[in-house]
Amino acid sequence: MIPAAFSYESPRTLKEALALLESNPNAKLLAGGHSLLPAMKLRLATPPALIDLGRIPDLNYIRDTGDHLAIGALTPHAAVASSELLHRMSPLLAEAADSIGDVQVRNRGTIGGSLAQAHPNADYPAAILALDAEIVTLSRTGEHVIPAREFFTGMFTTALSANEIITEVRVPKTTGAGAAYKKFAHPASGYAVVGVATVVRKHGNAIESAAIGITGVSGTPYRATAVENALRGKPASAIADASRRAADGIEAIGDTFASPGYRRHLAMVFTRRALETALARARAK
Amino acid sequence: MPRNGKANGKTNGKGSGHWIGQRFKRKEDPRLIQGISHYADDLRLPGMLHCAFVRSPHAHAVIRSLDTASARSVPGVVAVILAQDLEGVGNVPCAGVLPDLKTPAHPPLARERVRYVGEPVAAVVAEDMYAARDAAELVQVEYDPLPAVVDMEKALAKDADLVHQEFKTNVAYVHPLKNGDIKGAFKRANRIVKERLVNQRLAPVSMEPRGVVAQYLPGERTLTVWSSTQIPHLLKTQISLMLGLPETSVRVVTPEVGGGFGSKLNVYGEEAVVPWLASKLGRPVKWIETRRENMQATIHGRDQIAYLELALKRDGTILGLRARIHADLGAYYQLLTPVIPTLTALLITGCYKIPAVDIEITGVLTNKMATDAYRGAGRPEATYVIERMVDLAARELKMDPVEIRRKNFPKPTEFPYNTSTGVIYDSANYQMSLKRALDLAGYTKLRARQKAGWKQGKYYGIGLSTYVEICGMGPSSAMPAGGWESATVRVEPTGKVTVLTGASPHGQGQETTFAQLVADRFGLRPEDVAVIHGDTAAVPYGIGTFGSRATAVGGTAVYYATEKIKSKMSAIAAHLMGIKPDGLVFGNGKIATKDKKKSVGFGEVVSAAYMARTLPPGMEPGLEATHFFEPSNFTYPFGAHVCSVEVDPETGETKIEKYVAVDDCGNVINPLLVDGQIHGGIVQGLAQALYEEVIYNEDGQLVTGSLMDYALPKAVHQPQFVLDRTVTPSPVNPMGVKGVGEAGTIGSCPAVVNAVCDALSPLGIKHIDMPLKPEKVWRAIQKAQTPPAAGKRSRAQSRARRTA
Ligand SMILES: Cc1cc2nc3c(=O)[nH]c(=O)nc-3n(C[C@H](O)[C@H](O)[C@H](O)COP(=O)(O)OP(=O)(O)OC[C@H]3O[C@@H](n4cnc5c(N)ncnc54)[C@H](O)[C@@H]3O)c2cc1C
Repeated sequence: MIPAAFSYESPRTLKEALALLESNPNAKLLAGGHSLLPAMKLRLATPPALIDLGRIPDLNYIRDTGDHLAIGALTPHAAVASSELLHRMSPLLAEAADSIGDVQVRNRGTIGGSLAQAHPNADYPAAILALDAEIVTLSRTGEHVIPAREFFTGMFTTALSANEIITEVRVPKTTGAGAAYKKFAHPASGYAVVGVATVVRKHGNAIESAAIGITGVSGTPYRATAVENALRGKPASAIADASRRAADGIEAIGDTFASPGYRRHLAMVFTRRALETALARARAK
Repeated sequence: MPRNGKANGKTNGKGSGHWIGQRFKRKEDPRLIQGISHYADDLRLPGMLHCAFVRSPHAHAVIRSLDTASARSVPGVVAVILAQDLEGVGNVPCAGVLPDLKTPAHPPLARERVRYVGEPVAAVVAEDMYAARDAAELVQVEYDPLPAVVDMEKALAKDADLVHQEFKTNVAYVHPLKNGDIKGAFKRANRIVKERLVNQRLAPVSMEPRGVVAQYLPGERTLTVWSSTQIPHLLKTQISLMLGLPETSVRVVTPEVGGGFGSKLNVYGEEAVVPWLASKLGRPVKWIETRRENMQATIHGRDQIAYLELALKRDGTILGLRARIHADLGAYYQLLTPVIPTLTALLITGCYKIPAVDIEITGVLTNKMATDAYRGAGRPEATYVIERMVDLAARELKMDPVEIRRKNFPKPTEFPYNTSTGVIYDSANYQMSLKRALDLAGYTKLRARQKAGWKQGKYYGIGLSTYVEICGMGPSSAMPAGGWESATVRVEPTGKVTVLTGASPHGQGQETTFAQLVADRFGLRPEDVAVIHGDTAAVPYGIGTFGSRATAVGGTAVYYATEKIKSKMSAIAAHLMGIKPDGLVFGNGKIATKDKKKSVGFGEVVSAAYMARTLPPGMEPGLEATHFFEPSNFTYPFGAHVCSVEVDPETGETKIEKYVAVDDCGNVINPLLVDGQIHGGIVQGLAQALYEEVIYNEDGQLVTGSLMDYALPKAVHQPQFVLDRTVTPSPVNPMGVKGVGEAGTIGSCPAVVNAVCDALSPLGIKHIDMPLKPEKVWRAIQKAQTPPAAGKRSRAQSRARRTA
């Protein structure tokens, strides 16, 4: 529980942070520290230097920018969970944030850190995928916008390059749609054994579209496209059958708490439950 | 809020004041809540060094070589030591003795071989803990891995790999306990119920891990060891034996101890190595266990597999019980490792009349951490086993689980009750606590709802546990290292009272309850009484706190020491008043005749004792008395728990809807603290039933090495508890107290498992082993149901209807 030696930098601007990353190729960015510091204390991570993003102003915000909501990378989970803006215009992300860990984790952990960490059982990725959110980054070559579907590339790996900093997450407004996040929490860690996030749009009595992001089942969070396709234009009664495809083509992970087979089963159950709840919350056009 | 009303106020026993029985807030809490108290890690001594241990990553391996050169070169490193440096240091002691017990040598640092993941092989000492940790990483150990013995049943095979070659077997002992006509019982039986039941391995996980700080003063030749322990005096003796120091030069102090649950009822290798280092280096040394070390190298609990057969008459009368129990002991013994499972044998008949028993316990060595006492220590295993068997029998005989229990309880008039396992239950009324629990739970309504629920595919279950347990440990004849307890009570010249207790509370709150007790007897206020414990230089030799003994044994010692002073003070008071000392009463700061006509101030008598000018002729001055209390028997608290659950058949999750606990721990000194003990106890029992499990994989690697994997119960997992109690005083001690530290854990675990198995009974599911993890439950449901999916529910329903 005692980390190896490291140096500590606390830049005041993003530019400074980028320069520091440049000159310390093995340095790690520090946000809430709730993934990085435990790993360092167990010496699973031994970065020679930490670059603390915490002193850089204006990375902690939730703003209405017209067609979407913008969330600063350093916004803690608790702020996302309790954001009135989000609850009104894009509640899925808030619901996912509210289910993360415990109070301390939600007060310290940040959205940028969680996405960069890309833990296979993290909650945000399911919501980010279902929302088709965008991840805004900054590197030496300038600002980049990475669509959610291209962001998660594997277990603990993302499309981020070594010296790229997440600055913002953009989520669309989902007014009128119904959204829900259903999670089966691990009793020890609190992480999602399975987490299903969905945004459902209704047309009359039919499901116009359903977007479904699933975390915890495979090493990489994914969109349950088979379920989405099976539901397009279908009535609510199609949900039960369609949900059975929640893990189609997915290679599930397993551990002593939940085997791959059980996880696939949970994916189906929680997909159905999330869809039912989201549909009940949707307003018909 | 828990309900306590009923028993309140009537718990005064023979107390003469009014503090006993009050919901008095703990004197300990302000300093603990404010964080201004001192744990081992808070100690900072001048020149203090820091120690880190290098531990085996293998479950079983030969140490081929050890290279400490690069570790020594880390700036700030003062010493790196290996087993051979500890020449002359004794082995880690085990106090458990059994006939033909094979006891492996247990050196504080591994020699030649390592036998479990986490076994210490080297110690590093440095100026700060960072350097110590860095250097520990650099100690290079080459291992030749050997096959690990992990599964205790496979370890019994003739050709199994061996944990200790020299024994030529992994069987450490076989402990039989036979009584009554067992053959006849099984011959006469109308029904024999058989089951294999597992008590999984658990980690105690006290909030504060272990920690040792040691300082040797060469001038004074005194070694002081601060250790987070439950047994300061026994530890002092053992440290002096291990290090070859006169016991008179060793002092052990327990700073604040952040929980133990039995895991600190022990003497660990680190408790010899750290003091040894401090003596050799001439500087204080501190070692604080990390959570990872705590999971690997602090004792585990439970880990028994029991094969049971219960012989019954058609009407539910139990005739006999056969039990073959395998107990996983781990690789080496800690203080009580081999004897813990023998407690299971003593309690295995539970609160039932079972005239014939045939029990055999086999202790098995494996390449894992030692098992030892963990909250309940042997008794939760017994209670789980008998409570499950009784439920299974009820199912088999189509009886209500309430009826089968009532049928086999001894009557209240049958106490003291001799069990066929050879113990004497002191006092009880099992019918009464069961009735109270059923009433509080609304049992009849719960059953009606259950039947209705089954028809809608809802799986409600109701589980009972009627338990008895062995507390107040115990008569010395039945204990490995003395079962008495000491107390010194001293009235100081200002009239304040100091109590020195040999018990070593570490969260139980005896600073409060003993103050209540003494204030009550003297007619003072609890704030006038200070309770000192955990310093061998200040407190007379004592045994410690474990086995729910501190109040029943330690408290009784305090009681008697107080009585001794009271009679001395009565004599002085009588002398001062010029009357006979008989029947004087203490109260409101006075010592008075019964009719209150004559009195003398408490302070006046104290002054007389210290000024020593007006004492009765020949009387010694001073006001101090010591008592060593030897109990004549254990005490046997009991109770009834009722748990109602709903199982989600789609996910296998269990939701506890209602939890009712009616416990009887005899007379109660402080209901608030008793409730706290019951709350915590229930939580730990529920956690065994549902979540907790130490898992080693087939290579002997610890899979559940952190709290991200090992599922400790959290507040959000807990149902609302409904508590009540009955009061059946114990005849074993004058206060009529029994003990309550472990009751909740012992009682609760089977109630939950019985409830879940009850919920799934319409599916034909008889038993699922703990912990009832969702996947396991889901798989059992899957197996019981027949595909295709569409037919699932209707099939379950039709079975439910048949049962209904
Ligand atoms: C007890 C516990 C329980 C938890 N339970 C859950 C849970 O239920 N669900 C869940 O989703 N998570 C859970 N977490 C994880 C938690 O949400 C973390 O806070 C989160 O994963 C990481 O965010 P952080 O801000 O703490 O990042 P840090 O730990 O500071 O950093 C994590 C990684 O991201 C990088 N990084 C950080 N910020 C940026 C950035 N702006 N740009 C680029 N890279 C960056 C860092 O270099 C590092 O590699 C839990 C954590 C703990 C300790």
